[in-house]
This record gives sequence, structure tokens and C-alpha cells, in this order.
Amino acid sequence: MIREYISLIIQTFPYLLSGSITTIGLVCGALGLGFVLGLPMAIGQVYGNKFISGFISLYVWFFRGLPELVLLFLFYFGLFTTLHLNLSAFHAAILVLGLRSAAYQSQIFRGSLNSIGEGQMLAALSLGMKKYNAVYDIILPQALRISIPGWSNEYAILLKDSATAYAIGVMEILTRASFVATRTYQPLPVYFLTGVIFIVLTYGGVKLLAMLEKRLKTPGFGEER
Amino acid sequence: MSKITEGAKVVLRVENICKCFNTNEILRGISFEIKKGETKVVIGPSGSGKSTLLRCINQLTVPDKGSIWLEGEEVTHHMKDISRFRQKMGMVFQDFNLFDHLNALQNVTIGLIKVKKMDKKEAEAKAMEELKRVGLEKQACLYPAQLSGGQKQRVSIARALAMDPTVILFDEPTSALDPELIGEVLEVIKDLAEGGMTMIVVTHEMGFARSVASEIIFIEEGIVIDQGTPHKLFTNPEHERTKRFIHKIAELYGETENNQ
Repeated sequence: MIREYISLIIQTFPYLLSGSITTIGLVCGALGLGFVLGLPMAIGQVYGNKFISGFISLYVWFFRGLPELVLLFLFYFGLFTTLHLNLSAFHAAILVLGLRSAAYQSQIFRGSLNSIGEGQMLAALSLGMKKYNAVYDIILPQALRISIPGWSNEYAILLKDSATAYAIGVMEILTRASFVATRTYQPLPVYFLTGVIFIVLTYGGVKLLAMLEKRLKTPGFGEER
Repeated sequence: MSKITEGAKVVLRVENICKCFNTNEILRGISFEIKKGETKVVIGPSGSGKSTLLRCINQLTVPDKGSIWLEGEEVTHHMKDISRFRQKMGMVFQDFNLFDHLNALQNVTIGLIKVKKMDKKEAEAKAMEELKRVGLEKQACLYPAQLSGGQKQRVSIARALAMDPTVILFDEPTSALDPELIGEVLEVIKDLAEGGMTMIVVTHEMGFARSVASEIIFIEEGIVIDQGTPHKLFTNPEHERTKRFIHKIAELYGETENNQ
């Protein structure tokens, strides 16, 4: 039986591996979209006026409040169809996961922005910097460094959440695994391999981000003197 | 040893500055002026509004009433253009506020590059000059977290100096320092005073105030109680309160009358 399992795993591996390309594309797309939207949202929430920060809070409240599957169905089957938006399942998944990730990422960045002492802003302004320059040149470089651990958490969560794209038929790892499992009647080795691939992807990405964090660390910062 | 500033032109005028936080009146109409090359030392009990006064001068805190004039231009009238004025009013903070992600050199160059749009090479040369002036050219590549408190404060003075300000505002520059590090910072400020820099210094260092100030202003509860030369305030203050305050501080810091 073990031999049978192993041979099935070897046969299935390339098929699932090409699924992981889809997964990686999905995760990178969603994380990227989440970053591009989430960072300005965080800045708006911290430095913007009441109207802007109120609007962003509403956005975050919505996307954090619904289960991911509900969001996928609501947008892909509901909204996009009604609006006659002809998006592929893959692109729809990137969009929905990205919009959702933006809500979470904005809160990661907001926390980091708030943790930068008021004095940094005062010093920047006292040099004659405009407020947006101070945010861009002084506050952000520090806040982004602090954000990396939280952001790597978001990566790990989003990677695994991406498996829900299975439900709208994106050809990612889980979708492919379920095809093989139903066809071969051998769920154990197939889902075992699926699990291994997810663990490796999670570990690899988190490791990569940890390396980035180390590389970007400000010398002496946060060390005992 | 107050400097000769008779006839020098007034560079900064503070007129009737008032500031409330909620119902708490912090400043209740403060006015004074400072001439080119003068060192004004502001003293007063904690909570008397000294730091708020400095922040009202460069509009980090916007005063409720009153006006600030820098070299004949009304700062409080040009709030849209405030960054232009702030460039000319250097500020040194109690807790340094160095930019933590930049090394000493970059801390000094960033204002030159981003605000004065100076080219990088030129900015670095200028920054090295200023770091040399505060005795830190060897520490140029160290980050704030790798510097001692006294060194940090000297970098922040270099950062202010690099902008070629008309006046520098010092907000208790030695209050966050270990006692043995205070001297090196005061030495730098003293050199600046002797070099003719125009400065307003909020401090509790009475020995320093006495030896460096052209004039001392004593503030309590948001108004100027007493003002005059160090000699006048230390030996013959107009008000009993000034006398009491100076005595109390002198006792606290172990400074005697002839501790110069």
C-alpha cells in the first residue's frame, strides 16, 4: 500500500506543483493589491481627516466582517455577474482576496505608523519638511520596517486562505488535489502531498521575509546597549 | 559676560502669545524680542509653558492669539508657507528626536537634501562640517541607537545648524541626559553662543544660564514674571518669586553663587 501511495504521490506531484504556481500567482497578486491599497488606507486613517478615516473604517469593517467564502461568492457569482464584469475565476479571486487583504494590511500598517513616536514628525516639520514629505521620508521607512513581522503573518494566512478559491474553480493546489482524489479514490496520499506543499510554501515565504527584515534592520535599533 | 548686542537688529519678535489647551491656559500673553547674536534663556517651573512657548514660535503648536515675526515677516500670517519659516528656525528637542532609521550623517543631510534640495555630495560635505563642529565627525556612520545621549543631542544640534537657521530654539536640551553627559552638550551650545548664533534656550541649568545668557526670561503660569541680564536676575530680581525659584533650582542642582 505504501508503495502505491508513493507512486501516486510521484505521479501527482507535477500536477499539483503547477497548481502551486497558480496559488503563488494568486497570493502575490492579492498581497500586492492589498499592499497598494492597504498602505494609503493606513496613512489616510492615521493622518487623514475625519471623513477619510471614517470611510476607511467602514471599508475595513466590511471586509473583516464577512467570511472569505461569502465574499468570494458575493463578488464572483453576485456582483461581477450582475455588473457583467467578465473576469476569470483567477482574476476575481485575486481581486476579492486583495480587497480583503487590504483591510487587514491597513491595520498592520496603521499599528506601525502609530508606534512611531510623535517626536519624529515634530523633528521633520521643524526642519521645514511638509507633512506629506515627513510621512514619506521619515515615518514610512521606519513604520514599514516594523510592519514586516505582521506582514509575514498576513502572507502565511493569505496563502492558506487562497485555498478557498477552490470554491469558485480556480485551478490552484486544492482544486487540483480534489480532482486527483476523486479520480483515484486515494484521498490520503493526495491531501498529504497538498499539506506538504502548503507547509513548504508557508515556511519558504516566512523565511524570505525574515531575511528581508534582518537585511533592513537599522543597526543598533532594539538591542541592549 | 553678556555679549554686546546693542544696536543689533531684532530678528525674532514674539507678541502677546496666548495658548489654551481645553480650559487650561498655558500661555497668557507673552511678548519679547531677540536681537541678532543674542542668547535668551527661558527659565521657570515645570508646567509654566516654556516648551509650549518654543513650539508656538515655530508653529508646531499654533497659538490661539498673538503673532510671531521673523526678520520683519509675520510668521503667524503666512501659515500656508510655514515650512519656509521653520527652515530658518532650528529646533533642538529634549529627547533629541533623531531619525532612528538614519545614521548621524544622514540625519544631518536629510533636511538639506529634501528641504533645501541640495545635491547629495554637497549636503554630505556640509553635514560633515557641522558634525565636526559638534565634535562627532568620527561617529558620522553610527545610528542613533549606537550613540550615547550626549552624542545624540550633539547630532541633533548639527542637524539644526546645517539648515543655516536665523535662530535656534533649544527645548531643555540637557534634561534627558545623564549628569556626566550634560557638560559636552552645554559646551557645544556655549561655543555657538560665543560664535554669535541667535538662540532661545529653555533650561534648568542655572550655571549655564548665568554664563551664557544675554538675557534671562523667567516665566511662571504663562506670563513673564521677570526678565533681565543674568546679573540682575541672580542678584537683584524684581520679584520674590524669581528669587525663590532660582534658589530652589540652585539648591537642587548643587550650584552655588560662585559656581561658574
